[in-house]
Amino acid sequence: MTGLAILVVYAALFAGSALVMRVIRRGMQERHDLTSLKTVTFGDESAIRPDRAASVISILVAFLLWGAFTGSKLVPFHVPGPFLGETSFSYEIRSASGEVQGGTALIYAGTEVPAQPPGADVVASVPRGRDQLIRLPDGGQAFSVDGIPISAGQTVDVAHGRVSMTPKGTLSFAADKGLQMEPIWLPSPEAVASRFLEIARSGYQNFTLWEHLGASLMRVLAGFALGALVGIPLGYAMGLSGWFRGWFDPIVEFMRPVPPLALIPLVIIWFGIWESGKVVLLFLAALWVMTIAARAGVSGVNITKVHAAYSLGASKWQLLRHVILPNSLPEIFTGARVAMGVCWGTVVAAELVAAQKGAGMMIIAASKFQLTDIVLMGIILIGVIGYGIDVLMRVAERKLVPWKGQS
Amino acid sequence: MSGLELENISMRFDLPNGSYVQALQDVSLKLEPGQLLSVLGPSGCGKSTLLNIVAGFLAPTGGRISLNGQAVRGPDAERGVVFQKGALFEWMNVRDNVSFGPRMAGQGAAQYGPKVDHLIDTVGLADFREKAIYELSGGMQQRVALARCLANDPDVILMDEPLGALDALTREKMQAMVLNLWKETGKTVILITHSVEEALLLGERLIVMAPRPGRIYREYQLPFADQGVGRDLREIKKLPDFAARREEILSMIWNMEEEIMGSQGAAA
Ligand SMILES: Nc1ncnc2c1ncn2[C@@H]1O[C@H](COP(=O)(O)OP(=O)(O)OP(=O)(O)O)[C@@H](O)[C@H]1O
Ligand SMILES: [Mg+2]
Repeated sequence: MTGLAILVVYAALFAGSALVMRVIRRGMQERHDLTSLKTVTFGDESAIRPDRAASVISILVAFLLWGAFTGSKLVPFHVPGPFLGETSFSYEIRSASGEVQGGTALIYAGTEVPAQPPGADVVASVPRGRDQLIRLPDGGQAFSVDGIPISAGQTVDVAHGRVSMTPKGTLSFAADKGLQMEPIWLPSPEAVASRFLEIARSGYQNFTLWEHLGASLMRVLAGFALGALVGIPLGYAMGLSGWFRGWFDPIVEFMRPVPPLALIPLVIIWFGIWESGKVVLLFLAALWVMTIAARAGVSGVNITKVHAAYSLGASKWQLLRHVILPNSLPEIFTGARVAMGVCWGTVVAAELVAAQKGAGMMIIAASKFQLTDIVLMGIILIGVIGYGIDVLMRVAERKLVPWKGQS
Repeated sequence: MSGLELENISMRFDLPNGSYVQALQDVSLKLEPGQLLSVLGPSGCGKSTLLNIVAGFLAPTGGRISLNGQAVRGPDAERGVVFQKGALFEWMNVRDNVSFGPRMAGQGAAQYGPKVDHLIDTVGLADFREKAIYELSGGMQQRVALARCLANDPDVILMDEPLGALDALTREKMQAMVLNLWKETGKTVILITHSVEEALLLGERLIVMAPRPGRIYREYQLPFADQGVGRDLREIKKLPDFAARREEILSMIWNMEEEIMGSQGAAA
């Protein structure tokens, strides 16, 4: 029920902000480049540009929802939280001698009981988010709450909470829980941020935050560099020689569908759980991707370019250096982006299994102590770094391969 | 023994289904240095195959081919090729494309620089030296390809429909340019084209090929190329001789195409 409500709210925000942006933009000046002048956009993928406003609003909405459900102070509105404050219910008890007696119970849920509580038969304090047994006077046996009969195992709704009777016949009060998440399930944004600052300052599990992240990054870079160093020449050889192609095709095609995660146990058995094992794993993760990219780069070279180079007097080596290599760069870059993504995902998984430091180690260690804020912080950092790597690769690609997609 | 010599060149492509295509049969040809030969023929008669053999990209299944007495074994800097399109290197600018041959031969910038710049000027791209290839129009790209071939100073220039992808006007301008460059440099040129006019305008000699099997069907000696140097080619086209030759060759190729279509129609 709650899930459905959240989905509806989310859909409403999605459609509502689209409408609002449309109204805002109506008055603004139109752009007149080719894409905005196209009349056929539905079905023309090239005419679809991501709406940056939608991206910004999407991120904002994610944060708003996160804050609203965690009672964040950064967000002006919240879903109802657990009831905090003063409430009361009436009860009737029958004493051992059969005498019926009524009374009221005053409950302070999640708040301090004042030094001089107003007059009531029973005063109880209920900690936030917990159930609390209510001790009734004279050890009497309750049989109704707010005028509704109750017996062992039954529950009665009262103002701001529920009263239930335990099998032994004692009353127990639970305040309304509301929709907000307990920090142990989902900490608020500011809790995660302050945890981030704290760990950035003083570290976690014997290492600073930068040592943890740096360790993961170094493993990725080392594994990727080795994979590229072996994979690219191997891919070229497979693209240039039938013997190489025949020899390595079965190996590459066999290894390609095996996910690197499936290799973790074997790599641990062979190389141990420390650095060398991880670098070997990432090497294997990058190797096949880079091999296949380089091979595709060579087979993608237009035969007339090769013929032209030879007719201009190029040697085989010169052909490789001046034609095949630059011609394969776009493919290599595409492969490198895929390989980096795979490596980054694999290193985190490998660190979950065993490591002294690293982004994955941080979150698995924190999860053992139910430090959900650290887990969340780790996940966010992993995502941000992975995205950052991809952005850097795209920038490098635009600088180094300006002719991509131009001919 | 100077010049390009083809003796009984045959080319047979075996097909996967066991049959074969006789793309060329007993093609013999002798080209003196400095001659420009046009090659015409219906589609599929083996023109490109012939050119690929001369360039050294394909080994013929029969016959001998030699340049200046040396047997042709593979592609070489002495036989330059201008392709229809797609042969320029997108990762180099115009100057680096044109200077590719000299650079591969180990020449320094001081050595090839003046010649390369002069060639780029000659093909009218002086303002585009540093431009990337994908920033040029199709006609400009073909001029770069021509300059690149000339910068390498080959003995023979082979062109497979070099102007085929250009619009009519650009094509006319480039024809004049090719003609003048040919006279200036005195290169031996083989030019494959689908345009009868182009073949007549540019070719000192002209062969018309026939298909199945690919062979030389008729050979002509033509005066128009010599007359056209330094003149407006449109005047040449108006000459009565030119028009007569054009009609003769057009109907010859037309008949061949008819025959192919007819025999295919009958087989089907
Ligand atoms: N690699 C090949 N394998 C099999 N047959 C081929 C191959 N290359 C060419 N052929 C055949 O050889 C014949 C001549 O081909 P070619 O490309 O030389 O013709 P063309 O005269 O250049 O035609 P077009 O004017 O259309 O370019 C054709 O019948 C073609 O099908
Ligand atoms: Mg052809």
